[in-house]
Amino acid sequence: MRNAFVNTLKELAKNDDRVFLVTADMGFSVFEDFRESFPDRFLNTGIAEQNTIGIAAGLAMSGKIVYVYSIIPFVTMRCFEQIRLDLAYNNANVKLVGVGAGFTYGSMGSSHHAIEDISIMRSIPNMTVLCPGDPFETKELIKRSYEHFGPVYIRLGKNGEPIIHKNKNKIEIGEIISITEGDDLILFTTSNTLELGKSWVDEWSLEGIHVNLVSVPTIKPINQSMIRKLIDRNIPMITLEEHSIIGGLGSTISEIIAENGKSVKFQRMGINDEFSHYVGGAEFQRKKLNILQKPEKSWFLK
Amino acid sequence: MENDLEKMIKLASKIRIHVLDMVHYAQSSHIGASYSIVEILVTLYSRILKINPKDPSEIDRDKFILSKAHGSCALYAILAESTFFPLELLKKYYVDGGVLPGHLDKKSVPGIEHSMGSLGHGLPFGVGLAYANKIDQNKGQIYVLIGDGECNEGTIWESAMFAGHHKLDNLTVIIDYNKIQSFGRVDEVMSLEPFGEKWTSFNWNVCEIDGHNFEQLITAFESESTKPKVIIANTIKGKGVSFMEDKLEWHYKSPNSEQYASALKELKDK
Repeated sequence: MRNAFVNTLKELAKNDDRVFLVTADMGFSVFEDFRESFPDRFLNTGIAEQNTIGIAAGLAMSGKIVYVYSIIPFVTMRCFEQIRLDLAYNNANVKLVGVGAGFTYGSMGSSHHAIEDISIMRSIPNMTVLCPGDPFETKELIKRSYEHFGPVYIRLGKNGEPIIHKNKNKIEIGEIISITEGDDLILFTTSNTLELGKSWVDEWSLEGIHVNLVSVPTIKPINQSMIRKLIDRNIPMITLEEHSIIGGLGSTISEIIAENGKSVKFQRMGINDEFSHYVGGAEFQRKKLNILQKPEKSWFLK
Repeated sequence: MENDLEKMIKLASKIRIHVLDMVHYAQSSHIGASYSIVEILVTLYSRILKINPKDPSEIDRDKFILSKAHGSCALYAILAESTFFPLELLKKYYVDGGVLPGHLDKKSVPGIEHSMGSLGHGLPFGVGLAYANKIDQNKGQIYVLIGDGECNEGTIWESAMFAGHHKLDNLTVIIDYNKIQSFGRVDEVMSLEPFGEKWTSFNWNVCEIDGHNFEQLITAFESESTKPKVIIANTIKGKGVSFMEDKLEWHYKSPNSEQYASALKELKDK
């Protein structure tokens, strides 16, 4: 996803000299080419994320379309009030790009885990929250973020994720996309869980179990009527996210279910309300914490 | 010049009376923090800033950021006196159904560059504006007024380091050094000294002046600099009303009717 982001940004920058990249000293082996191609539109602010966001706001108010890049905790939480006031309250045209969704940086320790970012970002007025699940969604949503005026948070995984989308249709902000069709279960994924969800669905299909896999690359604003239509199908629903179960995809969908008035069998799968003290990569973390494990089919089959 | 100075002194007095009216009417706080910056604002808006009140969004305008946004009353008053909006709007400060909030909202009236109210936000924003002007070869100058207590915030020094490194000579910071912060005197809560040396060591040009003296203010603003410039303006909290001067309590209190009458008399007699 990181390469998809950088390549798309380079394309945008080639065609529009307002596109500007700001980094708080991150991007080794990622941004060298951008820096060489667009030296006047690349700024390394040093390791000072609060100042970085303020500067980004100043650049945006001077007509730039600013992308700020860092690891998720540092580009969302270290500078949270700057995001709230300088970007969101002022509706600055700044896009925050965070890498390292969930346990991407698993072995680095909890300081580098991104488990609350969706929750805090979606609570800010004016903020759009985009969580692409594969390189195609990344490319599409980076383009949409450029077209959209105002602050956007874009949550990326890492590099090397497979492309899940076969139909490469344009993806709009707010849209949810059915990847596979099925009547046994509706499985919502967001961000880096698209790949995991798809692997389960593929395994189930060999057993004759058919799952409607729905990718949710926009958490806010979400297309509520599309979700309501899925609720109306009255099929068990699971949300899958490498993020706290508080405030992310599961919360977003359950809020819509709760206000819709029709009950549906529903389960949130995500990170429970705890920090990890285990040492290991993403898959290891999931196993040790006993989360994001393939659900028993007896839970949803009639 | 003599004539100009007299006009500026009169304008400063007018601003203080507006602020007194606003704070008394709305029973709001921060009068002391508004009074310490009056001469700075009068100098900026009557002598220094190239801004057109009829078109405050001209692309090459100078930009002024009041980072210590709790001094908003004084800014509203100088903007109204500079015809950015009608003076009547000053009655709409802080009250239910008002127009002018306690801290700055750029959607409220023309002339406000950035919505803010939390300390330590204005300088990073101003640094971004100054950096953009450099790469765009825009001649507009950037001015940011910060408080002394505000210099406790880490972002001030993050920005100071950045601006010094990038030699942003189109940026001027004015520090309202009134020596009193929210809950005590600056030298007791968190000493800033040696203050000038801190900025010098961050590669800034430093001017230390009397922040209520127009001649010194003008000289400091007009001095040439090849680095970012900081004007450390030694000021008095509550300046202009003797019973408010240098008193922490006037960061919070609103004058009662007797205090209002007494302050008004003192300001009118000047």
